[in-house]
Amino acid sequence: MTYPNSYRYTREHEWLQVEGAIGTVGITDYAQNSLGDIVFVDAPKVGDKVEAGKVFGSVESVKAVSDLYSPVSGTVTAVNQELVTAPEKINTGPHQAWIVKVQLSNPSEVDALLSSADYEKFIAEETNA
Amino acid sequence: MATETITPSNATASETNGAPFVGERSKVSSHISQNEGLIFEKSSPGKKAYRLAPLDVPAIDPRALLGKHAREDLGLLPEVSEIEIIRHFTRLSTWNYAIDLGMYPLGSCTMKYNPRVNETVARLEGIADAHPYQPESLSQGAMRVMWMLQECLKEITGMDSITLQPAAGAHGEFTGILLVRAYHESKGNPRKKILIPDSAHGTNPATAAICGYQVQNLKSNSDGMVDLAELEQLVDEETAALMLTNPSTIGVFESEIHKIADILHSKGALLYMDGANMNALVGKTRPGDFGVDVMHLNLHKTFSTPHGGGGPGSGPVACKKILEPFLPTPVLAEKPDNTLTFNYDRPQSVGRVRMFYGNYGMFVRALAYILANGPDGLRQTTEDAVLNANYIRAKLEDVYELPYKTPTLHEVVFSDRRQTRNGVKTGDIAKRLIDYGFHPYTTSFPMIVAGALMIEPTESESKEELDQFIDAMRQIAREAEENPEIILHAPHATRVSRMDEVAAARKPVLRWKPNAGAESPASETAASNANPPLVPATPAKEY
Amino acid sequence: MRYLPKSPTDRAAMLQDIGVSSIGDLFLSIPAEYRLTGDLNIPPQMGEQEIVNLFRVAADRNANGYASFLGAGAYRHYRPVVIDALVQRGEFLTSYTPYQAEISQGTLQAIFEFQTMICELTGMEIANASMYDGSTGAAESVMMAARVTRRSHMVVASTVHPEYREVLKTYAQHQGLTKHVVGYGADGRVDMKALEVAITDQTACVLIQSPNFFGVIEDVAAIAELAHAKGALLIVSIAEALSLGIVRPPTEADIVSLEAQSFGVAISYGGPYCGVLACKEKFIRQMPGRLTGATVDQQGRRGFVLTLSTREQHIRREKATSNICTNQALVALMTCIYLTIYGKAGMRELAEQNLAKTHYAAQTLAATPGSKLLFANSPRFNEFVLDTAEAPDIVNARLLRHKMIGGLPLSHWYPELKNASLWCATEQNSRTQIDAAAAVIADKHAPALAYV
Repeated sequence: MTYPNSYRYTREHEWLQVEGAIGTVGITDYAQNSLGDIVFVDAPKVGDKVEAGKVFGSVESVKAVSDLYSPVSGTVTAVNQELVTAPEKINTGPHQAWIVKVQLSNPSEVDALLSSADYEKFIAEETNA
Repeated sequence: MATETITPSNATASETNGAPFVGERSKVSSHISQNEGLIFEKSSPGKKAYRLAPLDVPAIDPRALLGKHAREDLGLLPEVSEIEIIRHFTRLSTWNYAIDLGMYPLGSCTMKYNPRVNETVARLEGIADAHPYQPESLSQGAMRVMWMLQECLKEITGMDSITLQPAAGAHGEFTGILLVRAYHESKGNPRKKILIPDSAHGTNPATAAICGYQVQNLKSNSDGMVDLAELEQLVDEETAALMLTNPSTIGVFESEIHKIADILHSKGALLYMDGANMNALVGKTRPGDFGVDVMHLNLHKTFSTPHGGGGPGSGPVACKKILEPFLPTPVLAEKPDNTLTFNYDRPQSVGRVRMFYGNYGMFVRALAYILANGPDGLRQTTEDAVLNANYIRAKLEDVYELPYKTPTLHEVVFSDRRQTRNGVKTGDIAKRLIDYGFHPYTTSFPMIVAGALMIEPTESESKEELDQFIDAMRQIAREAEENPEIILHAPHATRVSRMDEVAAARKPVLRWKPNAGAESPASETAASNANPPLVPATPAKEY
Repeated sequence: MRYLPKSPTDRAAMLQDIGVSSIGDLFLSIPAEYRLTGDLNIPPQMGEQEIVNLFRVAADRNANGYASFLGAGAYRHYRPVVIDALVQRGEFLTSYTPYQAEISQGTLQAIFEFQTMICELTGMEIANASMYDGSTGAAESVMMAARVTRRSHMVVASTVHPEYREVLKTYAQHQGLTKHVVGYGADGRVDMKALEVAITDQTACVLIQSPNFFGVIEDVAAIAELAHAKGALLIVSIAEALSLGIVRPPTEADIVSLEAQSFGVAISYGGPYCGVLACKEKFIRQMPGRLTGATVDQQGRRGFVLTLSTREQHIRREKATSNICTNQALVALMTCIYLTIYGKAGMRELAEQNLAKTHYAAQTLAATPGSKLLFANSPRFNEFVLDTAEAPDIVNARLLRHKMIGGLPLSHWYPELKNASLWCATEQNSRTQIDAAAAVIADKHAPALAYV
């Protein structure tokens, strides 16, 4: 699967899509693939504060839990309710199935994230390690 | 349809439900298994399995006595006859594997024989019906059993004091770490962190967290043991304790255990030992002698009380004198006239961890086991457990990767590294063992071994059973080379095949509901008529 | 040693195959200074007959053959023989936690049936596969409510079993949970006025017991209203599970913590018992303990698995909902069989008998000179508080002489209830016993034994 050029990425395998002051967050194809069938998404509530590099939720497969690290700081403005009943959407379309939308409090944080090319290089190294 | 071979001698390349075997499958043959629905599906109004004695006091009107609190309906509780109950649960029982059927080599779980005399004595009148609040003068027998068990366990562990109150191993850990905390508090500082090796059971970090401690991870060295240099660096005045499993989860005795204890003690920290693997040590060495300050025991592992499908357990905590003041209340004490009493006047105690005195029925069983063995029997038991594990190791290390070459005691941990080349993982090999008539070993644990096969045979296996197990493991290794597909879809010979765990977790169905006929809870695949689907439906209820 | 299936020849052959000369070689990793050289100082090996005799002697030194009126968290109910006949089958007794679903369907289906029956009895939507016992179950419920509400204050009724409250205190002390204890009124129930004041918008939960420690049935609906008005959860602890045969279940509660010992589990000097948590489905992710769920296999056949295990310690480690690892599977199986034996009609009939016996006992004992029934006008199930002219220890000493164990003196936990004791009458207490107890209470000159 290709990693959209317009997204930015973390080393913890989240993606971020920025539109104006709103950042949309999900997990990458690499992440969903290593977790396997996702059965539950534990997301924050609208209005919760998230902080760049800090845990804001988790995704679960049958036998594993993986923490979600926020790529940016800000306030949660929307949570993808569809994932409550259909967490498998992350498996079928990881780069479309967003988890939360965040009002960015410090847009300059985005610059520190990986480009799609850098992220692909990063996961290539992870796979070979 | 597959032909089922009856005699092991002509079982070569036999098939079960279409699944061939590369060699002989000597331990098992398939047999008829009874189908059985849920008990609710057999229920029908008017059937009964009880008859009460006639009421010898005047009858009452519940509504008059209870008013609005009176219950009108008991919902879906079943109505069946006694023979149906016997058949129902007997049929269910035949779907389980058990120690009584054969080897159960679950690493870390110590699935040993559960002697039947234990069950008999636990059910004696006077023991089984002793009430925890009956006067002490009429409880001396019950209390003496506790006292004797305490004395035996103190001697076995080399510790000074003990509490039998914790209900299981994890509960014992909780109690032990509470003792640690109370000890440090009495010195003015509870301290902040607990060190836990990366090879530890998941209960250890969970326990530290509920006792209000931060968990600090301790990496194992290349032998799978505690890295002393790393330990020395991490231990400081905020370290409350190290939680150490010895022998470790890869079955290795921490040969520098005294240095570990010294490093901790020099900073005022304590050494907690997870006694899950005590079956490797009983009668051969004592934790109290090698520097442990506090530890728990699992009576359902080392001391033969039955696992019962997941419990009850019992997790006594033994400790050194310095921790004695903090033990949970009450503490059993002997009076000058040799009678026993419970002492509740314990101002420094961590409090109670369970009502009454613990899982008493398990104390009875554990003591019966110790008495049946005596000192020589317990030593021989440990020796046989270690002998069995090393025998398996010697007979399988040419076909399965042994990630740590360190000498091991009661269990051996291989990895699936060679088999993964053919796409076969530890979980698959485990499932395939079922077709050969064995319970799987523990998979994917400890986490320091990628693709772990953790095998603990215990002392309860004969050479013949071990040889059959070894043979099955070797055949599976061959299958991984020659026909990995068979392994990947194992087990083939069971009533049900691999379960759809993803569906179970995504749309949990945790109870039965009556209106069958609509969609299946879990899969698009239609369930067979013998097993009607379960339907989520929540009608409003009146009680 | 009779449990060890090896001959000396077997051992020698195995050592040879391993490539060592003696068993001692396999223990060389233990430093020499810590290796035991002699025998442990424990009793010598005993034969089966000796062991049975030793425990018979112990059993006879207990209250064997006494009529008892004790309850208070451990209830004397008849155990149908079918229970032990079934749970002693090796396939139930000697199997491990059903992680390998394909060869554990028996245990898994039984737990699924257990979960269903507990839901039916308690009026809750889901139930777990059991907890250690009622006391730790209550403590786990409170911690669960704190996670659900993200609040850290609890309100606890003083009429919750005192030992449950002690366990709760031990659990809560390092969780940063603060506690407010609410007393009881003249009717033996939670003091509603005090309760209303105690619940704030910081309250995670209200913990009550019903029937409470005095045997009195609480007004669960009214208490739930107070709790929910402030966004707190209501936890109802039930120590006498048989009450659910005749008492309306606490459907207004958010969590029910049940001790199921009454359902066919031997009293056994206090354990093992069978705690179980039941709750509203929306709290499932915060519920501790194992859960069994229905699913299908690769061929679409119905089967059962342990599910939602990501909540548990072996996966989530320090972030788990609880450090709990075992459950009480075999005891849960006993209760499942018991509920199947009595079933829908029998549970009610049996509970009604308990109600009738208790009503008769309460009236009869309260009619003895100087005695009176406390909280007399409140609804109760099979326990009652009797206030006697003399101290309970004196009354009980006389009863012992007649091979009867009287009610549990309460002043140790409730100093204001000086001459009060907690009595329990079940289907196991005959009218003759109750009448005899009344006669001994009334006869101050009857001979006595020391009550200690």
